[in-house]
Amino acid sequence: MTTFQESAHIALQDTQLRHNIGNATRAIRAKRNDAVAELPDWEELREAGRALKERVLRHLDHYLVQFEEAVTASGGQVHWARDAAEANRVVVELVKATGADEVVKSKSLTTEETKLNEALEENGIRPWETDLAQLIIQLAHDTPSHVLVPAIHKNRAEIRELFERELGIENLSDEPAELAEAARRHLRAKFLSARVGISGGNFGVAETGTIALFESEGNGRMCTTLPETLITVLGIEKLIPTWQDFEVYLQLLPRSSTAERMNPYNSFWTGVHEGDGPQEFHLVLVDNGRTNVLADEIGRQALGCIRCSACMNFCPVYERTGGHAYNSVYPGPIGAILTPQLEGLDRAGSLPYASRLCGACYDVCPVKINIPQVLVHLRHQVVKHERATLDPEQAAMRAMAKVFSSRRRYEVAQRLARAGQWPFARRGVIQHLPGGLSGWTATRDIRPLPKQAFRDWWRQR
Amino acid sequence: MSDAREEILGRVRTALRNVPDDESPDDVRVERAYRRDSGEPHEAVVALFVERVADYRAEVERVPASELRERVTRACERHSARRLVVPEGVPAHTRPEGVELIEDRNLTHAELDAIDGALTGCAAAIAETGTIVLDAGPDQGRRALTLVPDLHICIVPADRVVGSVPEAVARVAGGQRPVTLISGPSATSDIELRRVEGVHGPRRLVVLVVE
Ligand code: SF4
Repeated sequence: MTTFQESAHIALQDTQLRHNIGNATRAIRAKRNDAVAELPDWEELREAGRALKERVLRHLDHYLVQFEEAVTASGGQVHWARDAAEANRVVVELVKATGADEVVKSKSLTTEETKLNEALEENGIRPWETDLAQLIIQLAHDTPSHVLVPAIHKNRAEIRELFERELGIENLSDEPAELAEAARRHLRAKFLSARVGISGGNFGVAETGTIALFESEGNGRMCTTLPETLITVLGIEKLIPTWQDFEVYLQLLPRSSTAERMNPYNSFWTGVHEGDGPQEFHLVLVDNGRTNVLADEIGRQALGCIRCSACMNFCPVYERTGGHAYNSVYPGPIGAILTPQLEGLDRAGSLPYASRLCGACYDVCPVKINIPQVLVHLRHQVVKHERATLDPEQAAMRAMAKVFSSRRRYEVAQRLARAGQWPFARRGVIQHLPGGLSGWTATRDIRPLPKQAFRDWWRQR
Repeated sequence: MSDAREEILGRVRTALRNVPDDESPDDVRVERAYRRDSGEPHEAVVALFVERVADYRAEVERVPASELRERVTRACERHSARRLVVPEGVPAHTRPEGVELIEDRNLTHAELDAIDGALTGCAAAIAETGTIVLDAGPDQGRRALTLVPDLHICIVPADRVVGSVPEAVARVAGGQRPVTLISGPSATSDIELRRVEGVHGPRRLVVLVVE
């Protein structure tokens, strides 16, 4: 498996990417700060947002059963999927039962996680991504580099060329408005004739069975309103207790995400609404590793994530590497704690080192997920895991050799040990270095250690 | 299929085995110390709503009830809208003149696509965020009406404007009818972060606040 550090080295050589990501995150940071500053009760909202998620997670079995009952009572059908393969199988069968050979899809990280599009294509079903950025990514056979602006690494000329080639549209200019218009025209025909829509969801309300979808373009509304059949794929952690709780998340999410007071469209539907929208509604509840995360009392908080992307925009490591370096559907700080827990340390054990533990992610997280705490916790796990799979003596020797082979590394290790930041150093002795230090130094090599404290440096920017 | 259900619920229970058996969801404290209402006088709330809608580059006007029909008619002229779909609950005195008004008798998607715009009311409006709340009531119709046509003219009675998000959430019967929050015309910043108004939803939103 490619480690974060290896991918980051490649990503860092791509100056276009660095430039785009740098611009994007800088712009969003400033906007987000303004949007948050407008609310005098931001901290109280964050605390409520955190506590509600804690309530749900500590009693997830209760809420899942309640949610299932409410969805069923309002005319929806609930399906459960233990893993990605099962989720895809369920969706493919549901689509096949309608006889449709194409579907319109609104952006959904959960279906990216399960690689649903590949499964649909293998079964002769054509999925149309309808979010503009997702469409660009899909046409380019690429993967998203940012959760919020997935095609941030593509410039307008590339997009124009892509549309001309893949959609057969001629004489396009590279004005963003004209490119968006081309996508609108192309997708409109799909929306009007689609028989099946597939969506994700931002929240599921246990009390009422309501699903919420927050978006900007209106493609989510199209996918969830126009087709006869709607299939929504939801991770089991997406629940909130009651309808009333939207008073919290409707304030936290848009301001943290697109940094607006409110994103253009928020849709809420509850099962099947007679005479309005899809008359067949299926909900697929996906585990796919989430219960493993739930079992870890410290790591569990990662499941409270509402996917706003603020932690990415504020992360100094992400800003330089972009999303691809994480080799994960969830990039940035949240990816660094969620992906290793979802997929296991063998596959994603380098991700907990994709951070400088500066704490900016924690400060901006609208649901107060203590990302640095989970990072440190996971680094412990990585070390334990590596020790279990290596002859300990050999591992220790290797680590020490590595430390002493570079004066700078040694000094860094010492300094960290002294500062007490280094979780693996106790009583002045650096105990477990193998994965730990090698991973950490690899990240640090990206950028020389700043002389000033990170926070000072951050403020001066 | 039910195997998956049982297995996932079993996994959840195993994962949560260190949550005490006698702990109930309500034992997990949730402090709602945030503002429940904006605390502003109503006139200020309405003024703020108008300002915030304008920030989204929607067209917004305050209109005396006596002039409503005329202003709706003018909005249609401005946007060259000749055919409007109008839900049955939209009061007669607000319907524009010189425009073909179409009732929603199970219009197909293609028929809706050929219509220039929709004229609706709303369930509530939120000042702080410049948001219109639709709940598919009789003056709003089903969701497709305000989605497929390219123009949405929304009449907002001033007494339906609330200051804050919590006030609006309390006013709407979520969980029963479909609810749609609309904050400005549809938009994307997907290409080089340049904001473009209007992708799939209506590209033009006209908000008329009636006193
Ligand atoms: S971890 Fe927090 S800041 Fe990061 S995406 Fe999730 S909710 Fe947003």
